[in-house]
Amino acid sequence: MALIETKDLTYIYGEGTPFRKVAVDSVSLKIEKGEFIGVIGHTGSGKSTLIQTLNGLLRPTSGQILLDGRDIWEDPKKIRSVRFRVGMVFQYPEYQLFEETVLKDICFGPKNMGLSDEEAEQRARKAAEFVGLAPELLEKSPFDLSGGQKRRVAIAGVIAMDPDVLILDEPTAGLDPQGRDVLLAQISGYHKVRENTILLVSHSMEDIARTADRILVMNDSKAVMFEDTKTVFSRDTQLEAMGLRVPEITKIMASLKEKGWPVDTALTMEEALRQLMPLLGKGGVPGDS
Amino acid sequence: MIRDVALGQYIPGKSGIHRMDPRVKISLTFLFIIFLFVGSNYASMGVMTVLVAGILLATGIPLRQYFKSLKAVLFVVIFTSVLNLFYGSGQVLVQWGVMQITEGGVNRAVFIALRIVCLMLLSAALTFTTSPTELTDAIERLLKPLKIFHVKVHEIAMMMTIALRFVPTLLEETDKIMSAQKARGADLESGGLMQRVKALIPILIPLFVSAFRRAYDLAMAMECRCYHGGEGRTRMKVLKAKKSDAVAVIGALLLCAGVILLNIFLPGTVR
Ligand SMILES: Nc1ncnc2c1ncn2[C@@H]1O[C@H](COP(=O)(O)OP(=O)(O)O)[C@@H](O)[C@H]1O
Ligand SMILES: [Mg+2]
Repeated sequence: MALIETKDLTYIYGEGTPFRKVAVDSVSLKIEKGEFIGVIGHTGSGKSTLIQTLNGLLRPTSGQILLDGRDIWEDPKKIRSVRFRVGMVFQYPEYQLFEETVLKDICFGPKNMGLSDEEAEQRARKAAEFVGLAPELLEKSPFDLSGGQKRRVAIAGVIAMDPDVLILDEPTAGLDPQGRDVLLAQISGYHKVRENTILLVSHSMEDIARTADRILVMNDSKAVMFEDTKTVFSRDTQLEAMGLRVPEITKIMASLKEKGWPVDTALTMEEALRQLMPLLGKGGVPGDS
Repeated sequence: MIRDVALGQYIPGKSGIHRMDPRVKISLTFLFIIFLFVGSNYASMGVMTVLVAGILLATGIPLRQYFKSLKAVLFVVIFTSVLNLFYGSGQVLVQWGVMQITEGGVNRAVFIALRIVCLMLLSAALTFTTSPTELTDAIERLLKPLKIFHVKVHEIAMMMTIALRFVPTLLEETDKIMSAQKARGADLESGGLMQRVKALIPILIPLFVSAFRRAYDLAMAMECRCYHGGEGRTRMKVLKAKKSDAVAVIGALLLCAGVILLNIFLPGTVR
């Protein structure tokens, strides 16, 4: 049984007003336990809305969300327990910090779950370690940290709840390239250790190329593709028509393949190098005389 | 959703009312509101009611929107009307112990209800068809004479513009913060009073922090563009009254004269 399944999930903002907007249009998909899913689509394609329905923050206009085979809205009073199982890190999460110290802020989620102070603190420290927050930062005020550190605190605040599914909405937005790479590496490190399900939303293909097992492509409120990463990346013309830029190296490899080189779709520079070096070592271009 | 709250929101459109000079719109709205209270018999009140209905239709905005704006005052309307039923004199219609409903009371109730409803509808029509910038621009121009009393008209108008501009932004922000804290298991819906007040802390603190941050950013941005108040400031869109505005003003004045005449020549129902 799939961990999360949606059936004809539809969400409409402002139903019955002149501002009516279908943000998610009959999306049906299945996500298995332990998968790392990349969710991609240009701005306004409905990614954020879709993921907010998954943990019950938005109630779908129509359709169903099944968690372990059970409709999460079966009993609306129990929706909080769904939110503990499906953790959600919003875009620019640093604006949600409010406590006096970093540690207390990370403890907010675990304490809401009803954990004891010691247990909450233990989890908070572990979560802080996952996102690379130095222990001496934990006693500082969250408002004294740098932007990147604040973001880590906010992410730790959700990881500390130890959710079965972790959803991150554009966690790298506004970070410098190095901070971005480090954060992505930490997230995939966390995924390897914890072996839970992760949904990482991004509008940048590079971000998810390295880490995602499967990619969900959203376009114009609809889920247009949901396949393994390589397959999605090999459809570069289709993706570009939707305003998504495939990494440069993927495009180069695709055109080499078209020219008859024995290469495969490559998502990262290292992967491309691994394929090209042996070929170049042998010298000569296949097909050329 | 918190942002569904109707806040006298601007609804873009292309009707003649949308395109009217906002100064004229504001002035006429005030004039009509005064005349809602001048009308003292059913004939003159009828004229005003038809006028309001005509304006609503002319804005081309779905009547549903107007009903929504009425919802907020429905209770006030019913409450005051019912209260007024029992005041007043004249022929007794229903006697019930010491309570009595008189003809005068019924008239008063009807008038009060009509006046409040029309007043709300008129102001809704104004805010639906006029963007906040147009509104404050017009208010600034209309208040200009107050400058001789050293009232800082431009600064007040600028503050109003900024405040109005940020209402939706802050609502959106509140929405986001609430969602983020709910995702961390914050319980906003249950518990006693103290618990609920406590539950607001995780929302209010980030909200204030971000409001201050925005205020600083905006102040900085304005200073960078050499904003220094109203002195010698010209505008990009100069308000210009058109021929149609003049026609509207003349029409409105004639109507008001009519209402006064009806008041004089027909007996008054309420005072
Ligand atoms: N709270 C809201 N109210 C009304 N419309 C919204 C709201 N949030 C998003 N939308 C609209 O829904 C569509 C999808 O938005 P969103 O899910 O945020 O897309 P993405 O995260 O892919 O950028 C957009 O057209 C957006 O304007
Ligand atoms: Mg988004």
